[in-house]
Amino acid sequence: MNRNGNTYTFLYAAIMVVIVAAVLASVSMALKPKQKRNFEIEKKKNILASVKIESNATTAEKIYSEKILTEYVVNVKGDQVDGDAFNTNLKKEHAKAADEMLLPIFEFNTDEGIKYVLPVRGSGLWGPIWGFISLNDDMNTIYGANFDHEGETPGLGAEISTVAFESEFVGKKLFDNTGKLVSILVAKVGQVAPEEHRVDGISGGTITSKGLEKMLLDDFTKYQEFLKKKK
Amino acid sequence: MSEPMFSKKNLKLLSDPINNSNPITVQVLGICSALAVTAQLKPSIVMALSVTAVLALSNVVVSLLRNTIPNRIRIIVQLVIIATLVILVDELLKAFVFDVSRQLSVFVGLIITNCIIMGRLEAFALGNRPWQSFLDGVGNAAGYGVILIIIGVIRELFGSGSLLGFKIIPESWYIANGGFYENNGLMVLSPMALIVVGVIIWVQRHRNRTLIEN
Repeated sequence: MNRNGNTYTFLYAAIMVVIVAAVLASVSMALKPKQKRNFEIEKKKNILASVKIESNATTAEKIYSEKILTEYVVNVKGDQVDGDAFNTNLKKEHAKAADEMLLPIFEFNTDEGIKYVLPVRGSGLWGPIWGFISLNDDMNTIYGANFDHEGETPGLGAEISTVAFESEFVGKKLFDNTGKLVSILVAKVGQVAPEEHRVDGISGGTITSKGLEKMLLDDFTKYQEFLKKKK
Repeated sequence: MSEPMFSKKNLKLLSDPINNSNPITVQVLGICSALAVTAQLKPSIVMALSVTAVLALSNVVVSLLRNTIPNRIRIIVQLVIIATLVILVDELLKAFVFDVSRQLSVFVGLIITNCIIMGRLEAFALGNRPWQSFLDGVGNAAGYGVILIIIGVIRELFGSGSLLGFKIIPESWYIANGGFYENNGLMVLSPMALIVVGVIIWVQRHRNRTLIEN
């Protein structure tokens, strides 16, 4: 057959595409259950990290089931409603109208008392960022934080998922003295805010820092009524 | 094969790209990822390893198919092969070494766009046998990796005062603690990577005058 002819070229392209598609589809399907489990373990690990409990891929599930007190879903009015907290997809919930939104809460029993974990989700520079914030039972002081991202720039925006950045949040407060929600400012040089509402932003990661700041304010606003009721 | 597997000629395929035909400093390919991922040493190493895997494999695959690929769509065929390999690697990492996959994050996608890979497929694998192509792939990836690691070391050391996340510059040196030293913020930003590449090119051409164009 003429290797430079149209027929050969078309046939070659068609067969190649079919083979590649078949290989990728079957690999993807074969590995899906394993990948899903990895994501679940990762999520448990991250939730545990936000209440300062260390775990790894093999221990996360066991420790999680030992330490968790209860998990439930609330609406923006702060009332408990039916729902599966762990499998709630924040991306889908945030797209809903405010009164239909389901907001998961996880309560953990730690050495330092009961902690409340609130999942948050927002946008960084290149893609979604998310995290888990744990609060003391005054529903105001941050006990721990864990952030993660899909594709922020390594060394810059991706620094939000480092312990150094996350630990800045410990002890910060969501509400001011008058009970107004002010959340946390992720500050650039020169930005002033009371110490308890401010952490240092990331040099070279301004858009990620500001995205994280917006994520916290937006999501704490959604949880606001629940936090006030629980206080 | 009449020729021994590690003949002098074959070894040259491995060693040349590390030095005198280095993909980054001599051919000036793959600059984009060299700028993007080298703010720290660890991602530089991870990127170097992933490119090695993809480049060696795609070189072999293209070399095996070289007599069947229709000339007019060869670039498309090469791209499909690279993209398929990258996705396969990504899926396998996600399933079996999830932690590594988390660290790689965006780099996996970046590998597809790495011009070194297309360059080697086009310039070498299309006209050579699989074993030679494999060596060429490993050699070029190593040449790329060496430069990435050098830039990563320089940028992380002077930009963040650490290597692989471990503090190297003593805390007491910093002005904030009463010392005399301050991290160079420019090192963390991409333009500095370009300057470092430029300096490496300068040093290399100073040592090997034959590389200087007239």
